[in-house]
Amino acid sequence: MSFKTAARETLQDAQLRRNIGKATTLIREKRLRAVAELPDWERLRDAGEAIKASAMATLPEQLERLEAAVTAAGGTVHWARDGAEANAIVASIAKRVGTDEVIKVKSLATDEIELNEALEAEGIHALETDLAELIVQLNPDDKQSHILVPAIHRNRAEIRALFEQTIARGQSLGNEASAIAEAARLHLRNKFLTVPMAVSGANFGIAETGTIGVVESEGNGRMCLTLPRVLVTLMGIEKVLPSWQDLEVFLQLLPRSSTAERMNPYTSLWTGVTPDDGPREFHLILLDGGRTQVLEDEVGRAALHCIRCSACLNVCPVYERVGGQAYESVYPGPIGAILTPQLRGLDAAPSLPWASTLCGACYEVCPVKIDIPSILIHLRGRVVREEQSKLTPEALAMKGMAAAFATRRRYEAAQRLARLGRGPLAKAAIPGWTAMRDLPEPPKETFRDWWKRERGEG
Amino acid sequence: MSAAKAEILTRIRDALGPSPVVPEIPRGYRAAGSIAHDGVVEQFCAHVAEYRATVHRVADSEVAFAVRAILGEGKRVGVPVGFRDLGMPVVEDHGLSVAELDALDAVVTGSALAIADTGTIALVSGAASGRRALTLVPDHHICLVAASSIVPSVPDAVAALGPDAPITLVSGPSATSDIELDRVEGVHGPRVLDVIVFA
Ligand code: SF4
Repeated sequence: MSFKTAARETLQDAQLRRNIGKATTLIREKRLRAVAELPDWERLRDAGEAIKASAMATLPEQLERLEAAVTAAGGTVHWARDGAEANAIVASIAKRVGTDEVIKVKSLATDEIELNEALEAEGIHALETDLAELIVQLNPDDKQSHILVPAIHRNRAEIRALFEQTIARGQSLGNEASAIAEAARLHLRNKFLTVPMAVSGANFGIAETGTIGVVESEGNGRMCLTLPRVLVTLMGIEKVLPSWQDLEVFLQLLPRSSTAERMNPYTSLWTGVTPDDGPREFHLILLDGGRTQVLEDEVGRAALHCIRCSACLNVCPVYERVGGQAYESVYPGPIGAILTPQLRGLDAAPSLPWASTLCGACYEVCPVKIDIPSILIHLRGRVVREEQSKLTPEALAMKGMAAAFATRRRYEAAQRLARLGRGPLAKAAIPGWTAMRDLPEPPKETFRDWWKRERGEG
Repeated sequence: MSAAKAEILTRIRDALGPSPVVPEIPRGYRAAGSIAHDGVVEQFCAHVAEYRATVHRVADSEVAFAVRAILGEGKRVGVPVGFRDLGMPVVEDHGLSVAELDALDAVVTGSALAIADTGTIALVSGAASGRRALTLVPDHHICLVAASSIVPSVPDAVAALGPDAPITLVSGPSATSDIELDRVEGVHGPRVLDVIVFA
């Protein structure tokens, strides 16, 4: 790599860190204000945590109730063991509809199973309609960097330049964010009014009533959920909520934790098919895709409680430095560090549980109280145990990495956890660390060096 | 039962083991009916205005006048079928096509209820709010909110709503936070939202 190229990359990285740092600082402050308004915030978190845990403990029953209710309301429910199966279902519906284009609402589940690529291979173009997704999709070299604001790594000037080269070619958009948004509006309007099929994700699926909920800001979600003749919703099986009443908890927890607003601009709730209102056909695909594997781990399974608010990303010092793309997954930040290795298997992402300083900030903000630091430590233990039992060259490297992290800083982190009132965790953590410290291999490289190498930069 | 369904359910049962612990749900938060209605109208108006919607407070008898004052002359205005008389020409939504909806300048509808705590309006598909496309495609939405329909909190709203018809919870005009996390109005939903609170 020439110096010039290398330097350019470094500079881009500096811009990326600045953009992310600015955005996360802003949203952290906003979130604190939004949360402080609710005197019962902690009780809502307790309820959110318990509702999720209870839904997981009764998952077969909840999914069957959901299926029955959606079917009774005129919808069709499909089950998909993995991403390939889900992708094939979507493709076959599109073929029956006879369309070579579908419009999409931002959905991490569809990103996770690489639906767009799978559809493209079948000659069906999936058009992202969320502003941030559009920004990312317009630049073939770009990738998402945040759950909620996938283009958080792009600042206004960069987005303007991108649009002026693509969807608003030849125009001068000016510096107002609203003019940039207007360009996206014009670009997509005709698609909303004409494309016959949409694909969405789901924030909630209510077992009791068969109601599906999508929370959004721009109205592209409403467009996709309302105007096309056929709607296909892909929902991870962990998104099921037992009762209608549970909405009262999550409609408070989610917006204040994610965009840090009292409420997001639009929330759509629909149940099957409604005569004279919305799609004539509704398909719900229930996706496993590794979730049952996560459920097997009694400690790790709490990762399935995640409502994808992204609060943990915004407070994470590691995320703030490396950005979301470094996590090599649609789930970045602290939640990605515990979810990705469990969904894909520890072998596939053994390093992610180390992408944290265990400072505990993610646990404090998590609206459903997922104890991310404890799960990280638990997964580190699993990785080391599994690797040791194999004694491969990778295992030796892993030991080196484990040792690299057995520093004074980690010990302090444990003390910090203990101060947070989670004594058992800190106690459980220290023996594990001690064991790692006894490993003979000296640290071969620091986490940051290793990270750079993994990212193929340097 | 499909093979996929059977296998997923088996995987879940195997993962959970024979007797998974089902926790009690502590619903110690402020429940439906637990917050007094005092000041909800003022609170709703203040909160919805913070989303950059324009709020108008009028007497029931002044609603039509207020709508005309907002719209001025010569606009193509859609309303749900059988909507209250606005004293101006309107287009009733007898299944307008999306192209016809797109040709409207504005739409005037009612609402099911509103939430003071969050500044949210609940549209429920039906006679008052119209169907979902009606309040979505036109660029300007004038929404009538009866002061008596404003509830204090989200739990109050969830208790009053149900799954029988599609619901859209609206908190301000269309917005995005995607550009440097600033909330800017106007991407795909209506870019202008006028809220008429009447008593
Ligand atoms: S883990 Fe918690 S804080 Fe992080 S995205 Fe999920 S719900 Fe939000």
